[in-house]
Amino acid sequence: MSELRDIARAILADGRARVVIGWEDARRGARPVFATDPDDADKLIFDARCVHNLVTYLNPRRDNVAELGKIALVVKGCDAKAVAGLLREAQLGRDDVVLIGVRCGGVLEASDLGQPLALTPENVAPRCHECDVREPNLVDYLVGDPQPDPPRPAMTIDERIAALESRPLEERWAFWTEQFSKCVRCYACRQVCPLCICERCVAEKTRPQWIEPSSHARGNMSWNITRALHLAGRCVGCGECERFCPVGIPLSLMNRKLQQIVAERYGYVVSDDPEKPAPIGDYRLDDRQEFIK
Amino acid sequence: MSSRRSDTIEQGAAGAPLCAGFEPRLTAFVCNWCTYTGADLAGTSRLHMASNVRIIRLPCTGRIDPLFVIKAFERGADGVIVSGCHPADCHYTSGNYHARRRFAVFHDLMEFVGVDPRRITFSWVSASEGAKWRDVVNEAVANVRALGPFDAYRALAPEDEAPEDGAPEPAGEAVPTGAARSAS
Repeated sequence: MSELRDIARAILADGRARVVIGWEDARRGARPVFATDPDDADKLIFDARCVHNLVTYLNPRRDNVAELGKIALVVKGCDAKAVAGLLREAQLGRDDVVLIGVRCGGVLEASDLGQPLALTPENVAPRCHECDVREPNLVDYLVGDPQPDPPRPAMTIDERIAALESRPLEERWAFWTEQFSKCVRCYACRQVCPLCICERCVAEKTRPQWIEPSSHARGNMSWNITRALHLAGRCVGCGECERFCPVGIPLSLMNRKLQQIVAERYGYVVSDDPEKPAPIGDYRLDDRQEFIK
Repeated sequence: MSSRRSDTIEQGAAGAPLCAGFEPRLTAFVCNWCTYTGADLAGTSRLHMASNVRIIRLPCTGRIDPLFVIKAFERGADGVIVSGCHPADCHYTSGNYHARRRFAVFHDLMEFVGVDPRRITFSWVSASEGAKWRDVVNEAVANVRALGPFDAYRALAPEDEAPEDGAPEPAGEAVPTGAARSAS
């Protein structure tokens, strides 16, 4: 912890960044903090409650954050993948941001706890089981000790997907229409996503209106499929959309399924290497086309 | 002229086992340079094929957003065809390669969500393949006919929605209306 604070203090003191965005301890648990003064650096913490993906503050849609000046950001492995996504798509320059990486051994599902709990199969965020970047590479500083793997959740996301896929088409359709029928179209999933970067979302286009805006089953189906598809090969699996969803739609299943599709078809695994091209927008002459007549 | 057209329609309607008078409606999104021209060739060659397909012409398969397919289902399509130039033949060099990846992902995702993959047909049809277009159309129509109307998608419509063009309609109405229109 002192390592993190010392680096943040030094960065703010010598002007390498104007603001350090990390987590602080508050009455209702860990929450994001913007440290602009070297003295604020002592607020910074990192523990298993730091679930938020702070890269959403680098999203070009949030130009009010960019106005603060150069940003230093505390990133976990999954967060670093999101930074790589923004770099890959030229939404950010590597010199525009200072990255302080933290070694992460998994986070809790919930951030609103007075004290961090020990991770158990019940309280660990399920996505942490699939994590392959416990130590981010795309960083300027790396702090913390190497961490053990988190406990295995009772049912991993991959197992939930496999269970769903073992059911017939009609049951899968019934499952998803029921899930999507809960959607209230608050677009929290989009707002929190670090990689939903469009200035104007297709969901808000009215001429022509591609996606019906009121929250009924048909428009919800269209919206949720479109949101997932627009993140195909881009989603880093940070799980923020699902965590922010007020009605509990299992968006992670959809996002993870897309990760599986691009891995299986194109051998693409999302990483924090910005040089690795994303699968959609790239192609090979011999891509599999067994589904095309 | 009109008699020949209705011949074609009857041929198409009789081409597959009937599902209680159900005439499927398919939307085809095709590229301007290959499949549209191929479909045109099928027409000028007087090839007989099912008449259940409405063609929408686009510049390239790369221009075909998966949202188009979703929108077609929303508007009452029972099936969709997406077709364009064969690999290496794209008028814009690589539009179909990009489309191929996008459709592969879309295809797999829709199957995960529970849409029968036989409702969405992907094909490569070149400008000289009028006969292939006929086969693609006939097969897609036969598949969708066997699957029946896409009631599962129509059931998503809001309850208070007034029936409009594209909403559920009495089975079998599509073809007589189409025939009347083309005969007039």
